[in-house]
Amino acid sequence: MFSLPDTEGKLHSPGDATATVVVFTANHCPYALGWHDRIIDAARDYAGKDVKFLAISPNDAERYPADAPLANAERVAKGEFGDVPYLYDEDQSVARSLDAKTTPDIFVFDNELELRYRGAPDADYKDPVQNAAWLRGALDAVLAGKQPDPSETEPVGCSIKWK
Amino acid sequence: MQVELLYWDGCPSHPEALSDLKRVLLELGIDTEVALREVTTDAQAAELGFVGSPTIRVDGDDLFDTGGAPPSLTCRVYRTRDGRFSATPDPEELRDVLAARH
Repeated sequence: MFSLPDTEGKLHSPGDATATVVVFTANHCPYALGWHDRIIDAARDYAGKDVKFLAISPNDAERYPADAPLANAERVAKGEFGDVPYLYDEDQSVARSLDAKTTPDIFVFDNELELRYRGAPDADYKDPVQNAAWLRGALDAVLAGKQPDPSETEPVGCSIKWK
Repeated sequence: MQVELLYWDGCPSHPEALSDLKRVLLELGIDTEVALREVTTDAQAAELGFVGSPTIRVDGDDLFDTGGAPPSLTCRVYRTRDGRFSATPDPEELRDVLAARH
């Protein structure tokens, strides 16, 4: 599907897991920041359940230096991503191939890399109690071999900054 | 009092910010129209000193700390009073800064 480098240059790809979560995100977007901890908490909670999380920075870093690789590395160094690799989609090809719209925009794939959920983490970026319920529900369904409900929600956030 | 809300359409927060702004103005008894201005290009953002959407100005002054952010077509990051990230100004803080200028 794709292979992208993390902040240390190591390549990561979806797959080799019962479920893969791809999260397009950004460093200076209030929606991405508001949801960030909930997404990382979910990654931690599903770490022992054969679920792979990949965070991807898709924005044009020339026009938006806050989303440059150095800024990504600084956040990773601070521990803000836990064990989730933060990848850089420099040519934006992955974001385009998945038709990603916003940061955040979440895609959940099953073990055959079939898309099973796409959209927002939950209903309100401002409300931590929501606890990434749509994402967690999708993962629970995929892990149980069921179809998530909902399987799609409207992605909400900052539009991706295309080149 | 001239109140202006500048926004960029790539950020979905300006309707909520406008709604909050109008409500607070009404609560404070400030009878003024809110002038909406859409920012669509990097050049326009630079010309206007627009550091993100939404930006609220009163008599030309930004009501909130820009943090030295450069002009840009982006979503502006605010914080609520309890420290959470927000795409719009905290309504209570908005009320306080508008009341202070009234």
